[in-house]
Amino acid sequence: MTRRGHRDPAWWGLAALALSAAAFFLLPLYVMAITSLKPMEEIRLGHLFAWPTQLSLDAWRAAWSGACTGVACEGIRGGFWNSVSIVLPSTIIAITLGALNGYALAYWRARGAALLFGLLMIGAFIPVQVLMFPLVRMLGPLHLVGSLPGIVLVHVIFSMPIMTLIFRNHFAALPRELFLAARLDGAGFLRIFVLLMLPLSVPMLVVAAIMQATGVWNDYILGLVFAGREHLPMTVQLNNLVNTTTGTKLYNVDMAATLLTSLVPLTIYVLSGRWFVRGIAAGAVRG
Amino acid sequence: MASVTVRNFSVTLGAQPVIDALDLDVADGEFLVLLGPSGCGKSTLLNAMAGLVDTSGGRIEIDGVDATWATPRERNIGMVFQSYALYPTMSVAGNLSFGLRARGVPRAEVQQRVQRAAALLQLEPLLSRKPSQLSGGQRQRVAIGRALVRDARVFLFDEPLSNLDANLRASLRRELKLLHQRLGSTMIYVTHDQVEALTLATRIAVLYNGRIQQLGTPTEVYDRPANRFVASFIGAPPMNFLEGRVSITQGLRRFSVAGLELDLGHYRPDADPLAEGETLELGVRPEHLRLCDDGTHEAEVTLTEPMGNSSIIWLRCGGAQWAALAAQQSLPRVGSSARFEIDTTGLTLFRVGDGTRR
Repeated sequence: MTRRGHRDPAWWGLAALALSAAAFFLLPLYVMAITSLKPMEEIRLGHLFAWPTQLSLDAWRAAWSGACTGVACEGIRGGFWNSVSIVLPSTIIAITLGALNGYALAYWRARGAALLFGLLMIGAFIPVQVLMFPLVRMLGPLHLVGSLPGIVLVHVIFSMPIMTLIFRNHFAALPRELFLAARLDGAGFLRIFVLLMLPLSVPMLVVAAIMQATGVWNDYILGLVFAGREHLPMTVQLNNLVNTTTGTKLYNVDMAATLLTSLVPLTIYVLSGRWFVRGIAAGAVRG
Repeated sequence: MASVTVRNFSVTLGAQPVIDALDLDVADGEFLVLLGPSGCGKSTLLNAMAGLVDTSGGRIEIDGVDATWATPRERNIGMVFQSYALYPTMSVAGNLSFGLRARGVPRAEVQQRVQRAAALLQLEPLLSRKPSQLSGGQRQRVAIGRALVRDARVFLFDEPLSNLDANLRASLRRELKLLHQRLGSTMIYVTHDQVEALTLATRIAVLYNGRIQQLGTPTEVYDRPANRFVASFIGAPPMNFLEGRVSITQGLRRFSVAGLELDLGHYRPDADPLAEGETLELGVRPEHLRLCDDGTHEAEVTLTEPMGNSSIIWLRCGGAQWAALAAQQSLPRVGSSARFEIDTTGLTLFRVGDGTRR
């Protein structure tokens, strides 16, 4: 029996497929990157794929702190910090609540837990757009529309089904005897959660943080509706910048602003590819 | 240390009664083994004692105090699980101290108690290790130590040896017995393995169908089984069962079975004296069948199973199959005829209907 070679025709076929797929997805990124480094005169020549004759970071500077987003001309820097201040609490609160929910559902068999879990799962399949108007009407009287707590609350609510699901599945997969042993040792709900369950969940917490942080960062519509003028996230400001209709269209600034906005999720993807795949797998229903 | 009393106790899961009006008294310092096949309710009973399963009737007392509805924390019972369930992210010291910290014991006392338990269980050099770095025996000791350190009143064991290979199982069994002798704690141990039950127990409760079939010392349970189930469940190779009839001639009671006449002079029935013509089931353990050249009965050898230090010899006699346990090294040839003797002091008779001991 001969060993299957690494360089047989099938290998070359696969390699060619992988390369062309990579090229297909990377080409737009390349165009964006070089366009953002060109001055406008060079862009107007129309050589889309040409390497810049002179590299310039002016567009990046303008996008960060000078470009006009609507009436204000302060770049999208404000949006960056707005997004950070939305993402951090949304992620921390959503994971804390999701992990607690999952733990309670997996171990404490409260009355009506199955029903609650079922309803949460139905919630996961309802499109956000359907709930937008009722949610505005509900949060309006509470003065939560157009505020930082409001947008954080909305993100936490919409992430609850998936967060609960991945943590419930995670905890249900742990040996139940661990939980029983801790109960016999005299530990209560919170002690078991904090001292026993959380240390066993570090990989899951990382996965959940990645999913939630990238999800919230990339959100546009919730930020647009609920964040209010003072807290518009980076995605909304990017849209305002790109769609400004006065003056000439500054393609290089648009490209730079887009790259700046996608920098955070891009970094997370690149640094945590392995974890992220696990997160996708964990989101699939099992158990 | 404490006694445990179970009164008229029932547990129903779904519509099925898993434990049915059960009574059990476990004395202080006793090593009681709950023995039975899977599904007999023994683990459920253990979990109910620990407070992990709710009762549907009856009561549980620990040291004479009603604990039927007490939380696991209030009962202060220790349990060693089949997987040992050591907390994987904590060190041995962390595992031992977890229960004390949960009960708000002051830090200095926690230290002291962990040290004392570690010394008692020879775990001192391992205190900073994680459970994954321990051997099977060390894990068992940590699991016991977790209960020991908080002075658990009763130690429960849920088949702790059944996942292990034969050698380790035997050595951990000995270690456990030594530990019980040393600590003198009340221990209740669930198993389906009769060897574990016979070797470890001060008393065995044989469970079947949610009821205790017999409660007694290993010797009692082995020598005077209360019914056919107990007799068949305990003993390897298993007991021979054959139906026959009592006959009385000139005041001598005899039992006719498969063409043999056995003397019942040694048999002490549980209730009324045996009556002429009574149809009963005979139970004879294989070690009470002795092959010898001057034996009274003759049989054909149909199969031999050598087991090293002894052999099972299958005999056909009067149309019935008998298993005999023989110590001899030279096995009779299959197909040859052999003579054997039945030690009538070791007979048991069972009623044909309900299988109870006659």
